[in-house]
Amino acid sequence: MTERPIRILIAKPGLDGHDRGAKIIARALRDGGFEVIYTGLHQTPEMIAEAAVQEDVDAIGLSILSGAHMTLFPAVMGLLEQKGLKGVALFGGGIIPDEDADELKSKGVNQIFTPGASTEDIVTWARNNIRRN
Amino acid sequence: MTAPARKTTPPSDDRRYTTISDMEIEPVYGPEALAGKSYEADIGNPGEYPFTRGAYPTMYRGKTWTMRQFAGFGTPEDTNRRFHFLLERGQMGLSTAFDMPTLMGYDADHERSFGEVGREGVSVSSLSDMETLFAGIKLDQVTTSMTINCSASVLLAMYFALAEKQGVPLDRVGGTIQNDMFKEFIAQNEWISPPTPSIRVVVDMIEYCAKHAPRWHPVSISGYHIREAGSSAVQELAFTLADGIGYVQASIDRGLDVDSFAPRLSFFFNVHNDFLEEIAKFRAARRMWAKIMRERFGAKDPRSWLLRTHAQTAGASLTAQQPLNNIARVAIQALAGVLGGTNSLHTNSMDETLALPSEPAVLAALRTQQIIAEETGVINTADPLGGSYAIEALTDRIEADAFAYIKQIDEMGGMIAAIEKGFPQLEIAEASYRFQKQLDSGEKIMVGVNGYMVDEEEQSMELLRISNDVERIQIEKVRARKAARSVDRAETCLAAVRDAAKGGANLMPVIIEAVKAEVTVGEISDVFREVFGEYRDPAWL
Repeated sequence: MTERPIRILIAKPGLDGHDRGAKIIARALRDGGFEVIYTGLHQTPEMIAEAAVQEDVDAIGLSILSGAHMTLFPAVMGLLEQKGLKGVALFGGGIIPDEDADELKSKGVNQIFTPGASTEDIVTWARNNIRRN
Repeated sequence: MTAPARKTTPPSDDRRYTTISDMEIEPVYGPEALAGKSYEADIGNPGEYPFTRGAYPTMYRGKTWTMRQFAGFGTPEDTNRRFHFLLERGQMGLSTAFDMPTLMGYDADHERSFGEVGREGVSVSSLSDMETLFAGIKLDQVTTSMTINCSASVLLAMYFALAEKQGVPLDRVGGTIQNDMFKEFIAQNEWISPPTPSIRVVVDMIEYCAKHAPRWHPVSISGYHIREAGSSAVQELAFTLADGIGYVQASIDRGLDVDSFAPRLSFFFNVHNDFLEEIAKFRAARRMWAKIMRERFGAKDPRSWLLRTHAQTAGASLTAQQPLNNIARVAIQALAGVLGGTNSLHTNSMDETLALPSEPAVLAALRTQQIIAEETGVINTADPLGGSYAIEALTDRIEADAFAYIKQIDEMGGMIAAIEKGFPQLEIAEASYRFQKQLDSGEKIMVGVNGYMVDEEEQSMELLRISNDVERIQIEKVRARKAARSVDRAETCLAAVRDAAKGGANLMPVIIEAVKAEVTVGEISDVFREVFGEYRDPAWL
């Protein structure tokens, strides 16, 4: 029996349209053997959490380049908890200053990737850190 | 001491020599690059058809490019202070960055605006915000560029209403509004409604400006965002000119004479790292547009043939690693823009991968342009690289490849049809992924990212931080404006906007009346949502 592939939701919260990174990561993870669902742009935290439930994902990757990461990550995290999705890994990337990344990680975000991270780094991290729920 | 090694080095004998866009380059170009060409017909003097060598005969002797730094953050008061800072230091025109809620047609107090007010640009919900933004600036003394698209009609209405308040007649108001909805669907991704009604609003603005605001550029046809989304140089050029063709055709279909609006169309290109490719791209752009306007659309006025462009250095080329290196990148890109004959330029600040730019970083970026203008001597002669075998060969190659894309788009039935198929979006995603793979394999190097790295970088730059108070202040302002205005007048104005949206009358006059009644960006955009419907990201991968 083959195990189902690990499912990752790549989500783009906020109002900005910067989807270059999200699309590259989605494709790289797919090429790396993951099943990837991409939400498209302009998602609210509620839409993302709902998609996570509907698609039964093992991890969520948030791409944020708007500067709103300190409000959006906690909002998504809170909703995942409410919906009983505590086992879903949460990672993200974007223009996120180091001190903000540290704070987010201390609050429970599993990993933050900043500009310059290679797709290999991200795929490797996903292989080592995301487990089937 | 040994230099840090590259991550990987391909064997030298099978190394591919390509531009950053992956275009293969010959080891040397020779006279065959010019063989069979007529100087007059194919290249032409600067200021003469087909304008390969520049828009004007004396180029920068006649007028240096406009140094125009894009600025906007926080409250209108914050950005107004930055505007005065830049004008006092020799900047020649203003360029406004709006925050995401404004760009997407939401007021500061909308739930979708949460966390985003004033963060990536200035927050403007009502005419009073616009008045504060331009406090102490007479609108006939500056030209202003406004980067806004799906809600552009509202912001332009505010600017015109403000001019009226200041006693400046519309025919003396000069500037540019980006208002390029095609490239929103292709790359930049800020939208309210689907493509067809969105383009109708753009044409309303082209028509209104042609009749009432002859110094205003109602569309800035933009390749910048297409390139930032990861396209090649050829794709940037091809999709931008195809967008231009779309606006010209839509305006002609409205019944406008091509020469009544075409001279006011302007362009906006990226200037990336690949020096020769970029110079060639600007030269090819002017020649292609001249041919398109004269041959395809039959424009008679030489000003209609002329592609005039703003340029901005490539944000995506900057690195968070060793950010001082960005000053060198920006200088090289800016020089390419000038050698390519740009008419206006924004130079990015070294800290923009980390945050919105701080004042010292903005100043270094502006000074880079002043150094090129005052110290390098490149302004002395027009198109100094014209006639170079390599530059002419690349100009021809880029033109041929870009025209091939335009032909494909024509065959699909034009840009709206191409967008609905996801054609430009997927072409760009493909190019963007290919470049990332080339970085991952080490075939292409970004200094400080996958080569020449240093360990344990300390982030020591003083970054601009946007206070959380901004959101609260702007929410209070918009609520106070709504409470203080005449409800009857606001409702009457909104009804007039709804009628025009449904009936097809030009929207600009009724939107101008509405903003004067303190009707907000969000309220007018809600009418568009109601009448035209909402567009959702097709999420092409």
